[in-house]
Amino acid sequence: MSAAKMQWPEIRFKVNGAERSVSVPPMKRLLDVLREDMGLTGVKEGCGEGECGSCSVLLDGVLVNSCLVPALQANGCEVLTVEGLATNGALAHIQQTFLELGGTQCGICTPGMMLAAESLLRKNPQPDLDEIREGLAGNLCRCTGYMRIIDAVRRASQTPTSTAASVREETVRK
Amino acid sequence: MRSNASQYELVAPGSLDAVLALLAAEPGVWTPMAGGTELMVALGAGRLAQRKLVSLWGIDELRQITASKDWLTIGAGSTFTDIRQDAVVAKEFPLLARAASWTGAIANQNRGTLGGNIVNASPAADSPPVLLVYEAEIELVSAQGSRRMPYSEFHLGYKRTVMRQQELVKAVHLPRGRRLPVEYLRKVGTRIALAISKIALAGVGAMHAGKVSAVRIAAASLRETPARLSATEAALLGHALTQDRIQAARQALLQEVKPIDDIRSTANYRAHVAANLLEEFLEQMAASES
Amino acid sequence: MGDMSQTRIVGTPALRREGIDKVTGGARYIDDIALPGMWHGATVRSNIARGAIKDIRFGAGIAWDEFVIVTAKDIPGENCIPLIVDHDQPVLAETQVNHPEEPVVLLAHPDKARLHEAVAAVEIDYEPLPAIFSIEESEQQRTIVWGEDNVIKHFLVEKGDVDSAWLRAAHIVTGEYHTGAQEQLYIENNGVIADWSEADGLTIRGSMQCPYYVHRALLRVFDLPTEKVRVIQSETGGAFGGKEDYPSMIAAHAGLLAKKAGRPVKIIYDREEDLAATTKRHPSRTRYRTAVDREGRLLATDIQVDLDGGAYATVTPTVLSRATIHASGPYFCENIRIRSHAWATNHPPHGAFRGFGSPQTIFGIERHMDQIAKAVGISPEEVRRRNFLAQGKTTATGQEIRDAIDLPGMLDRALKISDYEAKRLRFARENATSSVIKRGIGVVSFMHGAGFTGSGERYLNSLVGMEADAAGHVTVLVSSTEFGQGTNTILSQVAAEALGLSCEDVSIAQPDTQRVPNSGPTVASRTTMIVGRLVQDAAYALANILREKKLLGEGYSAAGFRAACATYTERFGALRVEARYQAPKDIFWDDAAYKGEAYPAFAWAVYVAEVAVDLRTYSTQVVNFYALQEVGRVINPLLAAGQIEGGVAQGIGYALYEKVVWKDGRMSNSQMTNYIMPTAVDVPNIEVYFDETPCEHGPYGAKGLGELPHDGPAPAILNAIQNATGINFTSIPLLPEDMYLRMVETPEPGTMETVECVK
Repeated sequence: MSAAKMQWPEIRFKVNGAERSVSVPPMKRLLDVLREDMGLTGVKEGCGEGECGSCSVLLDGVLVNSCLVPALQANGCEVLTVEGLATNGALAHIQQTFLELGGTQCGICTPGMMLAAESLLRKNPQPDLDEIREGLAGNLCRCTGYMRIIDAVRRASQTPTSTAASVREETVRK
Repeated sequence: MRSNASQYELVAPGSLDAVLALLAAEPGVWTPMAGGTELMVALGAGRLAQRKLVSLWGIDELRQITASKDWLTIGAGSTFTDIRQDAVVAKEFPLLARAASWTGAIANQNRGTLGGNIVNASPAADSPPVLLVYEAEIELVSAQGSRRMPYSEFHLGYKRTVMRQQELVKAVHLPRGRRLPVEYLRKVGTRIALAISKIALAGVGAMHAGKVSAVRIAAASLRETPARLSATEAALLGHALTQDRIQAARQALLQEVKPIDDIRSTANYRAHVAANLLEEFLEQMAASES
Repeated sequence: MGDMSQTRIVGTPALRREGIDKVTGGARYIDDIALPGMWHGATVRSNIARGAIKDIRFGAGIAWDEFVIVTAKDIPGENCIPLIVDHDQPVLAETQVNHPEEPVVLLAHPDKARLHEAVAAVEIDYEPLPAIFSIEESEQQRTIVWGEDNVIKHFLVEKGDVDSAWLRAAHIVTGEYHTGAQEQLYIENNGVIADWSEADGLTIRGSMQCPYYVHRALLRVFDLPTEKVRVIQSETGGAFGGKEDYPSMIAAHAGLLAKKAGRPVKIIYDREEDLAATTKRHPSRTRYRTAVDREGRLLATDIQVDLDGGAYATVTPTVLSRATIHASGPYFCENIRIRSHAWATNHPPHGAFRGFGSPQTIFGIERHMDQIAKAVGISPEEVRRRNFLAQGKTTATGQEIRDAIDLPGMLDRALKISDYEAKRLRFARENATSSVIKRGIGVVSFMHGAGFTGSGERYLNSLVGMEADAAGHVTVLVSSTEFGQGTNTILSQVAAEALGLSCEDVSIAQPDTQRVPNSGPTVASRTTMIVGRLVQDAAYALANILREKKLLGEGYSAAGFRAACATYTERFGALRVEARYQAPKDIFWDDAAYKGEAYPAFAWAVYVAEVAVDLRTYSTQVVNFYALQEVGRVINPLLAAGQIEGGVAQGIGYALYEKVVWKDGRMSNSQMTNYIMPTAVDVPNIEVYFDETPCEHGPYGAKGLGELPHDGPAPAILNAIQNATGINFTSIPLLPEDMYLRMVETPEPGTMETVECVK
C-alpha cells in the first residue's frame, strides 16, 4: 500500500488561509482529506450522500458537500471549514449568534449549518425568512426544529452593533 | 464509505480537447465526471463500478452561458447555480431557473451540472421537462466533431441515450424569441426542498380566439425517460378549454403515461396527480386570455 | 425547593456549557478521536429475516490473514446483551438469525478502506425459516418466533367496571389507529472505540446515553469484574433514545475485536448501516371502544394496545408499560380497561425513541376524542373540557392527581393564543369555496409522566457525587449524559444556584464509569427532575459540611465559599459528598396489578396545529403550531423552548413524512435521500409557551419535559386534517399517497369510520 502511495497526485490548496498540500488518491473525498490528512475534524460525516449537509464547507467561497467532492477537484482551490471562521481567537458573528440564541444543541450539524448561513449572508446580507429557510434547506438538524437556527441567522444578518428588537418571545408565564 | 478510493483513478486533462482526445484514445475506459453529485454518491455507497474517471470540472469552455441573437447556449458544465444566476435565463427561460432552484439544495446546485443531470438520464431529473417544452437542442461533441439534435431525440429508453462512447454533452441550446405567454412548472417531491421528484409537469402554451393555439407539455417520472406528452397536447391543440375538453385531456394524459411504483411513490398517485397538475396548467391557460 | 422564590441562575437562559466547543468545531465526537495503533471494525450481518446458520465461508480475493475475525465462539462470557429479558438478544448470532441485519461476524483491519470488500466476501449459508413481519401475523400465532406465544410482554389495567357501562351509554364509539416505525435519525451515527489490556481490562469510548447500561452489559459479555470495565461517553451528536441500549451491542462488538486484536478498534456505522440495523420506534395498533353519555362524558373505555417489538425484547416491556399507562389520556373516567401486548416479529428489534410508547397511544386517544366529539355533536375542545383530569381525580392506574393542574384553563389559553375559534370559522368559510386548498385547525391535550414508572426510580437507586477543590471549583459527578438536550447546563445551573456560585464555578465531569457514580440512565425525562434534585441535595450537603466545620455561615459569598474550600481541603483533605435517591414515602405502586402512582410527576400540555391540505397533490403543510405546556419550573427557558421545538419537528415528521419502507423485514429506504425528515423549509413557526406550577420532586420545582413535545403533534395534525377535509385518517405516517388512496380510490360513503350504537 505504501508503494502505491507514491503515485498519488499532489493536491495543493489553501485551507483556512494556509497553503497545504497532500498526496492522496484523486478520488479520496475532500471530507476525508480534511478530517484525516488535515486533522480538521470539525467537518462531519452524517450521511455520505450529500443530503444532510454536515460535511458542508466553502470551496472557493461556494457552499459544497465535501463528501461529494473528489480531492483532485479541490486542487488549486480555497477551502473554508468551521475551524477557519474565528479570527485571532474571536468568534465570528455567526458563531456568536448560534451560541447565544440556542442555535446549537447536540452540535453535530452546527459546523455545516454555520457555513451554510455564512454562505447565505455573504451573497444576501439581509435575507428574509423564506430566503433563510431556503439557504438552510440542505442542512438537516434533528435537535432544534430549526427555530433557533433561523433566529441566529437573522440576528447575524443584523450588524453587530445593531439594537434591533429581540427576535421572538420565548416564554409566557401564568 | 463503502469504497476504497485508492482503487479509483481520476485524471483532469484540463481542456475539452484533451478530454476528448483521451476518450477517443481509450474508448469505453474513462467515465466523465463533472460536479460529482451523482458519481460520488455511488462511490460512497459502494456502487461505482467505473474505476477510471476523467474530470470535466474547471473546464471553462464547458461552463459558459452565452446569448446570440437566436439562441441561448448553456455549456454542459454550467452548474444549477450558474443557471439560476444568469440574467437571460431569468428573463427568457424562467422555468429553467425555477427547475434549477428545486434541484437538491444550495450545495448540490453549486456542484451539479446541467450536462451531468442530462447524461445521468434519470426520468426523475428536474431540468429535462423544461428543456423539452422550451424545445431545446442538445450538442454532443467528440474528437471527431460535433452533432446537434432536438433534445427530444436524446433519450432512447430507461437510462439509454443516443450518446456514443467517446462523446460528451457540450451544450444545450435554447431557442430565443419563441416564448409563449403561459408558462407552468410544478414539481411534487417527498418534501418541498432537498427532494427527488415524484412527478413534475412543465407546460407552455398560448390561447387565441378562445382556443389553444400552441401547447407543449412534458413530464418527469411518468415514463422511463423525460417525455413530451404528445397525445395530451393533441387532445388540446385547436380546442376551446371547456370542461369536457379538459376531461378529455386528462384522459389522454392518463392513457399515455406509464408511471411505476417505486420506493418514493406509487404509479396511481403519480398518474392522478399529473392529471391534476395538467388541470392547474389549463386553468392558467384559460385565465390567460382575459 | 418547591416554590417560585427568586433565583439568580435557575430560570435564566444561561449559555450552553459546551457551546463554544460546538460552534468552533472543537467538540470531539467519537469519530474525531483516534487512539495510537487503532484498527477499524466492521460487521457482517444477515441478509435474511430468519433462518438457521449452516455455514460461514470466507471468500477468495481477500488477504484474510491481515484481518482479525470474531464470531460467537470468541465471546469470553455470555453471548447476550442483558437488558430486561435475560438471555434473549445475542451479541453475535450463533446458530440462528432472527432478523435482517443481525450481526454474525466481526472483522477488523488497520485500513478502514479495506473493510467493505471483506464484509462482502463473507458468505453465510442459511436454511430459511418462516418469518413474520406484522402485529397481525404475530397475534395469529401460526408462526412462533419468540417464546411460547410471540408475546414479549402484556399488561392488564382495570379500573372500575367497564362492562357495566355499555348499556347506559348514549353513544358507543369505536376506532382503530395505527402508527408506523420511526427512525431516531440522530445526525451522528453510532460509533465506539474499544481498547483492551490485561492490566486495565476493557475501555469503551463512544456515542451513548447510558454508560452504566453499557458497563453492565459488558461485565456479562466479557466475564469481567466491575473495575475491569470502563465506559466513557464522548460528545454525542443526538440520541433521542436510539443510543439508550444499542451502544451496548456496538461496544461489545468493538470490545471483542479489540481483545482479539490486542489493540484499540473503532467501529463507526455509516448512515445506511445505522438506518437498517439499529432500533426504531415500535409500530402500534390501538383499538378504542368508549361509552359516553349524552353530554359526551366518558362512562367507560376499553382499550387494546398492540406493539410490534421486533425480534428481541430489549426495552419493549417498558415501552409497552408507558404506552399502556398513557393510553387513556389526561381524562377522568371511572371505568377503564387496557389490555396491551407487545408482539415479536422478525424486524430488527424496536427500541427507545422519545416518548417511548406514549406517542403511539396518545395518537390513539387524541384521534379518538375527536371521533367522540363528532358522535355526540359537540366540538373537539368541548369534549376534552368535559372530561379533563383535575386535582383529586384519579388516572387509569388509580393515581390521584396531586398537581393543582388547570387543564380547562390551559385549553382556553391555547385556543386564545392560536386564535383557534376565529380560524376555525374562517377556514370553514374559505373551504366552502376553495376546491384546491383546504385549511384546518386541530387541538390535542395530553400528559407525560416524568421519571421511571412505578418503583423504577427506587430500583435505579440513583447516586450523585459532588466535589470541591481548594480553589472552590465544584465538579458534579453524574452518569447523566449531554447529547444536545442541555444536561450539562441544567445541572450546572442547579448546582450554582444551590451553592450561591456562578455557572463558571461548576463543571460537569465527563461521564466515565471509573469516575462518576451511577445516577441512572439519561432517559424517561428524568434527568432534570430526579438527578437535578440529587444535585441540589448534594450541593446543600456540601455547603453544610463546611458549615459544620464552622467555615461557612448560614449565608455566604462566593469568595467566602472559595476560602472555606481552601481551608477545608488543607485541613481535612478531599471535599466530596454524595446524594442518593430517596423514594417519596407516599408513593404506592403495585407492579402485579399495575395500580397506583405510576409516575412521581406529570407534565401537561395542549397543542394546536394549523394545516393546509392541497387537494391537487394530496400533501399537507403544517402552517402554524402552538405548544403550551405546564412543566413545573423552567430551569433554562432557551434550552426548554429548544426541546419543545425540536420535539414538535420530530412529531411533524412522525405524522407526515417519516415512513420506514419494509421489504422482507428489512428497511429498504435506508438512505437519507429516501427516509424523509423535515428540512428548514418544512417546519413552520412554532410558538412555545410554558406554565409553571412548582413540583415538590424536582429542583426548584422542575419536572421533566424532554419527551413531552413528541406526544402531541401527530394527533394535532391529523385532527386538523379532519377539520380541513372531513376525513378521519387513522394511520400515520399519512403520506400524500395514502391521502390520495382514501380520497380517490377508496372513498367511504360517510365521513366517519366509527361504529355508533345510539340508544
